[in-house]
Order: sequence, then structure tokens, then C-alpha cells
Amino acid sequence: MSDTNRETTVIVGAGHAGGVLATSLHQNKYAGRVIVLGEESHLPYQRPPLSKTFLAGEVELKSLFLKPRETYDKAGIELRPNTRVAKIDRDAQALQLEDGTSLEYDKLALTTGGRVRRLDLPGGDLHGVYYLRQIDDVLALQPQFKPGARLVIVGGGYIGLEVAAVAIKRGLDVTVLETEDRVLARVTAPQLSAFYEKVHSDAGVKVRTNTQVTGFEGEENVEAVLCKDGSQIAADMVLIGVGLIPNTELAKDAGLEVDNGIVVDEYTRTSDQNIVAAGDCANHHNDLLGRRIRLESVPNAMGQARAAAATLCGQDKPYQALPWFWSDQYNLKLQMAGLSQGYDDMVLRGSIKDQSFAAFYLKDGLVIAVDAVSRPPEFMVGKKLISEKIKIDPDRLADESVAMKSMA
Amino acid sequence: MPKITFIEYDGNKSVVDATVGNSVMETAIENMVSGIDADCGGNCICSTCHGYIDDAWLGKLPPMEAEEEAMVEFANEPESNSRLTCQIHMTEELDGLIVRLPETQG
Repeated sequence: MSDTNRETTVIVGAGHAGGVLATSLHQNKYAGRVIVLGEESHLPYQRPPLSKTFLAGEVELKSLFLKPRETYDKAGIELRPNTRVAKIDRDAQALQLEDGTSLEYDKLALTTGGRVRRLDLPGGDLHGVYYLRQIDDVLALQPQFKPGARLVIVGGGYIGLEVAAVAIKRGLDVTVLETEDRVLARVTAPQLSAFYEKVHSDAGVKVRTNTQVTGFEGEENVEAVLCKDGSQIAADMVLIGVGLIPNTELAKDAGLEVDNGIVVDEYTRTSDQNIVAAGDCANHHNDLLGRRIRLESVPNAMGQARAAAATLCGQDKPYQALPWFWSDQYNLKLQMAGLSQGYDDMVLRGSIKDQSFAAFYLKDGLVIAVDAVSRPPEFMVGKKLISEKIKIDPDRLADESVAMKSMA
Repeated sequence: MPKITFIEYDGNKSVVDATVGNSVMETAIENMVSGIDADCGGNCICSTCHGYIDDAWLGKLPPMEAEEEAMVEFANEPESNSRLTCQIHMTEELDGLIVRLPETQG
């Protein structure tokens, strides 16, 4: 026990998972002390709007916060921003902080999330080369978002495409570079990639696939992006969105089992019974998928955080959830559920031309994933078809005269 | 400040102050009312902020937009008085609003 008789839970990481874990402990009537350590200066906040409405200037910073400060204060949750942990000492059940102090824990929750994957290329540290993961990244980027400015986006994933949509609307000159032969290649079917490429092209974004970036040129500020084929693209700024690296170093150095994320069981327990982990940094066994997986998504972070809070309160609630995601680009609402890798059939419902359709991915006759573009019913019923493994005739699924509601 | 009464599935009741302009969902989240998940943060994407509006208040709410209407019927155990609480913004006129919460969300 720490300095008092009260049990102390320390949460490392003040992102979505850390914030929800702290308040869920309170909601579960946790009697101990709760301390949340965060590297950033902000209250725990929602990241999805960063590349969407917040970048566009449509919502205030305040609206990003999961909860106002008073809510934590009232619950007795101690938030410590600007705090970095150097080491976990499991034997002493203490954290060594980077400021040289230490902090004892009885229970530890690792919600360390991830950091952007950086491109180690010549010129990568020039001014005007940006990444996007945190509020401060957006605050740095926003003043540069002036009409006519030339923005080159490296990476045709969700972050890159969402930023492209905001930027072109703002009147910037936008180019998206993607190494694969299509955007969103790792996460969606060729038809969806083609659809989004067309939507962006129609809006004025220059989308260049099969394009590998080899470096950046400029004096102090970036002036051009260099491509493998020898071409150069003039740029006033560059945004790189090429994925995330989970922050697992603390766990690994402490001897916890780490394998593409901190390995946890269905109750979010790590290989140390006093330590749980949740969110982007955690790797759990998903029964629905039949395999271990590390997910980078808000619903997963929140769901695991709630399960972790229950575990710390001695009420074991296994975490089993169908992965789902969303992306807003222009006025299109993309809702995705399940993971499509390994599908052997695809059913399209609706009209790609009318920008209102859904792609159902099937494997061995069962729906394993759905990508729904401005089609909430297809998304909602699709989730059910997947998680309840409901067998459905592909012809009915494609037939718009059959209501989605009748299928599950 | 208008007040909202949330009644959880187990009968637990909380009466909380709402800020005019904030959504019913935000008010629940700020006050740590259990029973509203709000996974998508109020974007009308997930339907995990589903609540049943007390009959006395149902008619006083602005009607649903198409987006909400499309989602709410697929929420868990929808009824004729179901709404997504992220889409209801508080006004002085809604002082006293009563929202019952479902057993589980989404």
C-alpha cells in the first residue's frame, strides 16, 4: 500500500482510454485514489475531431475535452499533465518519473496510446513538415491553412484524406501521395478506394498513387517533396500521415509481455496481475475475429477502458467487441465495422454514383465487415450480421427492396 | 440552469444541472451518469447515447433530423420515445426534462 491505507491506482496516459478509465473507476464506486499522468498539457480529449471539425475551425478546443476539469475534481481524480514516466519498477510497485520523483502504485493502468510513425527521410526535419496526432499539432498547422497554400499530404489513409478534405474546402492547393496503387489500400476494397479517389479528385485534390516519397527539399522551410520517380512537387507545407507506433516501451522495459502491443487477457490484465492495459497500446484476443489484435480506434479504447475499470474494481467484465471505425470526408459519413482482411466475396448495396452505398465483405458465406457510406441502417444492421454470425443470402443483401431491418 | 433527471435502468436517479446549448448526452457525460456511453462523441454515428424521453417532454423537443432518425431505430431496444441524446440541445424550456436509460447501449 502507498502512503495511506487507501489503495492507489495510477493511470499512465491521459488520452481517450486513460480519461474514460479514470471516470469509469469513479462510476464503479472505486474507493481508492486515482492519479492520471499525461504527457500533454491538455485535459483528456477526443482525437477524432482533430483531423476533421477541429482542424476546420468548426469547433472550439474546449469541446474536445472528454469532460471539464470540475468533473474530475468532483470525483477526486488527480490529473497530472506534462508528466512523463521514465520507468516502471514492478518490484517496488513504483513509477520513476522523468522529473526525478517517484510515485507508488497498488494498481497500474497503462493507457499509453501511440505516437505517429515518422518518416526518416532527408529533409524530414525542415520547417513546414507536420504530423497530426495531438491538439498541439493542429494548433501548429492551422495558421498555415491559407487559401492558395500548397499542401502535400504523404499517405492516403484516413488522416491524410480527412485533412485533404478540410484543406481543399479551405482553398488550399492539395496533393495526396500514396505509395500503394490506391488510397485506403490496407483497410478497404478497391471499389471503395476508387470511390474516395474520385470524390477527392472531383473536389480538386490531386491524388497520386504508386508514388514513393524519397525526401524533402528546402532551405529552412520545406519547398518541395521529392519522389522516387524523379519528380518534385512544390510545397509550402507537408503533412505526413503514415500510421501509428504503439507506446509499449515502458511495458517492455518492465518485462511485461509485449507483442504488437501490450498483451492483455479478456479482462485487460497484463502478465502482471497488478497492471492492466487498454486502448491503442494493448493487444487483446478478440473472439469474434478468432485472433489477437491491436486496434487503433476510439470505441475500442473506451470499451477496454471500461473493462479495465471493472477489473480494477473486482467486477470482471470480459471485453469482447466488434471493431468499428468512422471517417468524415466532405459531407460523406463513412461507418465501418469488422475487419475485411481475407474476404472472398463482396456485396454492394446502393449506388456508388449517388454516394450512398454499403460494401459488405463476406467470407465463407458470412458477413465479416461492412463499409457504409452515408448508410446508417446498413452499418447498424451490418454490425449485427457480423457479431451474431447471421447467415444472409447475398442476393437479398444487395436487393434494395429488402429492408435492412428485416435481415437481423 | 435547466435541470435534467436521468433514470438509469436499475432505477438509480440523478438530477443534474445542464448548460443551455449543451446536449443532453454531454450533460450526462460531464456528470458521470452511468448508462450513456457516447462512443462517437456526439456525431450521430454510434447510437450509444440512446435514451427514452418522458412522454410529457417528447412533444417539446425539436423533431429528429434525418441522420438521427436513421440511427435511432437501430439502437438497442428502441421505443416510440427513443432519441439519441447527443442530438438534443438544452434550452431553458427543457428545464425538468426526464430521460430514462436503456439496460445497455449499442
